[in-house]
Amino acid sequence: MKLNRKDVEHVALLSRLELSETELDKYTGQLDAILEYIDVLNQVDTSAVEPMAHVLDIRNVMRADEVQPSLPREAALQNAPDAEDGFFKVPKIVE
Amino acid sequence: MDLFRLKAHELQQKLFRREVSAVEITQSVLARADKVDSTIQSFITRTPEAALAQAKRVDEKLARGEAVSPLAGIPGALKDNMCTKGVKTTCASKILANFVPPYDATITEKLAAADAVIVGKANLDEFAMGSSTENSGFFVTRNPWDTDRVPGGSSGGSGAAVAAGEAIWSLGSDTGGSIRLPAAYCGVVGLKPTYGRVSRYGLVAYASSLDQIGPFARDVRDCALVLGAISGHDRRDSTSINAPVPDYTAKLESGVKGLKIGLPREYFVAGMQPEVEAAIRRSIDELVAMGAELVEVSMPHTQYALATYYLIATAEASSNLGRYDGVGFGHRGEGSDIVSMYKRSRAEGFGPEVQRRIMLGTYALSSGYYDAYYLKALKVRTLIKQDFDRAFGQVDVLIAPIAPTTAFKIGEKVEDPLAMYLVDVCTIPSNLAGVPALSLPCGFADGLPIGMQIIGPHLSEATLLQVAYTFEQAHDYHKQLAAIREVD
Amino acid sequence: MKFETVIGLEVHTELKTASKIFCGCTTEFGGDQNTHVCPVCLGLPGVLPVLNEKVLEFAIRTGLALNCKISHYSKFDRKNYYYPDLPKNFQTSQYDLPICEGGYLDIEVGGETKRIGITRVHMEEDAGKLVHSGTISNSEYALVDYNRTGVPLLEIVSEPDIRTPEEAKAYLEKIKSILSYIDVSDCKMEEGSLRCDANISLRPVGQEQFGTKAEIKNVNSFKAVQRALEYEQERQEEVLSEGGRIIQETRTWDDSRGVTLSMRNKEQAQDYRYFPEPDLVPIVVDSEQIEAIRRSLPELPDARKARIMKEQGLSAYDAEVITATRPMADYFDALIAAGAEAKAAANWLMGEVSKLLNACSLDIRSCPVPPANLAEMIALIEKGTISGKIAKTVFEAMWNEGKTAPVIVKEQGLVQMSDEGELGNIVEAVIAANPQSVADFNAGKEKAVGFLVGQIMRQTKGRANPELVNRLLKEKLTGK
Repeated sequence: MKLNRKDVEHVALLSRLELSETELDKYTGQLDAILEYIDVLNQVDTSAVEPMAHVLDIRNVMRADEVQPSLPREAALQNAPDAEDGFFKVPKIVE
Repeated sequence: MDLFRLKAHELQQKLFRREVSAVEITQSVLARADKVDSTIQSFITRTPEAALAQAKRVDEKLARGEAVSPLAGIPGALKDNMCTKGVKTTCASKILANFVPPYDATITEKLAAADAVIVGKANLDEFAMGSSTENSGFFVTRNPWDTDRVPGGSSGGSGAAVAAGEAIWSLGSDTGGSIRLPAAYCGVVGLKPTYGRVSRYGLVAYASSLDQIGPFARDVRDCALVLGAISGHDRRDSTSINAPVPDYTAKLESGVKGLKIGLPREYFVAGMQPEVEAAIRRSIDELVAMGAELVEVSMPHTQYALATYYLIATAEASSNLGRYDGVGFGHRGEGSDIVSMYKRSRAEGFGPEVQRRIMLGTYALSSGYYDAYYLKALKVRTLIKQDFDRAFGQVDVLIAPIAPTTAFKIGEKVEDPLAMYLVDVCTIPSNLAGVPALSLPCGFADGLPIGMQIIGPHLSEATLLQVAYTFEQAHDYHKQLAAIREVD
Repeated sequence: MKFETVIGLEVHTELKTASKIFCGCTTEFGGDQNTHVCPVCLGLPGVLPVLNEKVLEFAIRTGLALNCKISHYSKFDRKNYYYPDLPKNFQTSQYDLPICEGGYLDIEVGGETKRIGITRVHMEEDAGKLVHSGTISNSEYALVDYNRTGVPLLEIVSEPDIRTPEEAKAYLEKIKSILSYIDVSDCKMEEGSLRCDANISLRPVGQEQFGTKAEIKNVNSFKAVQRALEYEQERQEEVLSEGGRIIQETRTWDDSRGVTLSMRNKEQAQDYRYFPEPDLVPIVVDSEQIEAIRRSLPELPDARKARIMKEQGLSAYDAEVITATRPMADYFDALIAAGAEAKAAANWLMGEVSKLLNACSLDIRSCPVPPANLAEMIALIEKGTISGKIAKTVFEAMWNEGKTAPVIVKEQGLVQMSDEGELGNIVEAVIAANPQSVADFNAGKEKAVGFLVGQIMRQTKGRANPELVNRLLKEKLTGK
């Protein structure tokens, strides 16, 4: 086993996904199989290899500090599931 | 005449000679979609009124004698993960079912500037995650060559629309093969350009370091025309390449004499459908007969590409898809507090494949596993890129299969994610290396199209098109449109 | 057991660029909710960030001013966590390759200079603002304004070199002073453009290993940081002295009650999953660019203070106060350039000028009295044309009416009376009119002199030269 049900529960919490018991079981099996496959990478010696986050050698892409027009507020809020007084509205925040 | 059966460059000639109007072309394509889309289901959203209005504007421009671009008045489709201001952009996800962007993607702006006609937004695997379009949150798109089969994915709607005559050309996005696979399965030309060649601004991100927009077309010339219209530097995309865009049609007729073609032996994997392997090898022989030189090359890290991809792509996706939380846009589930609202919204809004990839990526980045998974994958990515660098030191292009088999049956791989992932084994390496790769029809097996892959070094699109054109002109695969069993 | 306090501070400062860090929206403070937003800072599907070049320049300026090494190769990373003030649910920040590392600044506490290490300075984006209905714990919902989302921030992290709450306050004051000198931030705590999180732990004196720390958030002024740390220091000492253990946690400062409170469970399931931001490319800065920015830096507070002490002979205290902000120091320099005597200039600046600025809530940059005019007035005192006391009246009139000192002195007849004969007559008249005070004086009550001086000043409408009055009075009273 590469990962167990408890790992999946933890990952689901980090991912903010509500999973049923059945889903947890199913995902545990599937993710375990995928990770099992991914183990093939351990055959590769990467001790002297630099990681590559960007495939292109592009650097220093910047814009001038100039103000551009913002969106009208109606447009900013047009897709909001809930809004009030020009604010986005969300359920209470519990820490 | 069925205008919808013609290529863009043919229609363009007729348009410029005033033999037909853009409105007539558009009407023909819209009528075809009216007829076949209930069967093929390429589109999530169709925009016939806007398309006709745009066609009318093109006709007016032509009447005034104004210069127009090669794509002017030619109907095309966009994958529904490209933002269109005022038109729903869903990513085939329930979580974005009602999302209407207040802005246009760069490619949307460029196509508008080229006076192209957009007939609709094409279906895809939800958030471009999949190889069959079965992961669409709405419905499955069918392969026009055999409606029991998948069109490939994730840009299945874009591929099927072009193959079925519902669009003359279309755009897809390719993160691990999502343009090339549907192009191969649907028997059309598909090109994943060099990473950075086409702006990603307005393309809803799946895996930012791999995603790239590219064209689907009926033939290589059309592919070159569309690529020319969408390529170029964009200041809104920091990873955009600042290099001039050549006329991609200029070198089409230059032939392959003296070109060095590499045959990477690792791409001919165990379990390949014999007809597919035979078609590829036969195609290579033909190119050699046309004057190309064949060189066997080895790309030893190819076998690690799939695992590498599924770590990098899912890690980036887990972060890119964090924003779908029911706060600013998209589906909101019931929840009395913020965390339960988040969890409910995302559980209801995302389909299983998206959930699976989010969790895999989250795991790969999580404390204690980062080095073993994500960082390891970045290092292997370096080795895969070096394989390509070495190969392109020896050859001009590589020829390989697109997929080990022809289009598979709908439902065949749904329950086995890993089997589905293995479909992409030949297309993924070029995304990891950021190099361009083209899918070209090169034969049929049991009435299903087979795709050949032509891969080149960074910014070698013109060469890929040149090789593809030379091969294409020696065959008539591009002259056939799929005959849809239920309709034609 | 005796304990030693160990404090490290994380300061977040908003940079005063015109536009946000990754998009063109304005950074202007205020504005109706959700009007300074665009697809990019709202994190809409499909958007991409592009770095504002000014942010990099300001970060390097700050790093240099804090004696940091500037990284030749730097990059952005994503910090992933879910919170509704963060539209993408990740913050674009810098993780393992920050733009600046390994600096320091010197603070002065109790007359001694102490060096505090700066671990790093990095660039990141600010989050939006939440408005809770009621308190955070009993509210039914929250409202979100994304105007601040994407405003550029620098995070300045200190080494755990700070040993007392007082040092912490001095450190913050110094940071603020430097940031305002190099003109990268407004440092307005009330607008949230300067914020501070504090890490504090205790360890037995002599122990090398750090104790368990608590992180204090939500502290809104320098004074509050000091108070919160004092409270927390006491709380931890109490827990440890009773044999208890400190829990590693985040605590919030309740300013009205003067206590820190535990924010329960905040740390649970917190895993930021940092990884390189794929949508932003690396930043490569060469030595030439760094040197060009170094050359553009103004004289910093420490150097300026040292120079003023040396050139003008001011005390360390005076020089410290005057150089605390650059506009104040500039004003002082302008006074000197206009010919004012240094000690007098410093006294006026720290005294009347500051008093009136505070009373009117004005910044010295908007001081209605230009330095040249104040220097001119100080010269009138030097020459004896007006007394120091009258000068305050003159200064107020300059402030309110915008006229120069000579004009006011002339208009209001405020020239100092320094004629010995004229003043002598008035002194004699006052002595004659107040026999009781004279008797008191002769009986040894020195205070009686004060009363007589007051009477003389009243008769001369305050114009009498006070030194002369004192001398004449003494002479006449003692008959010398």
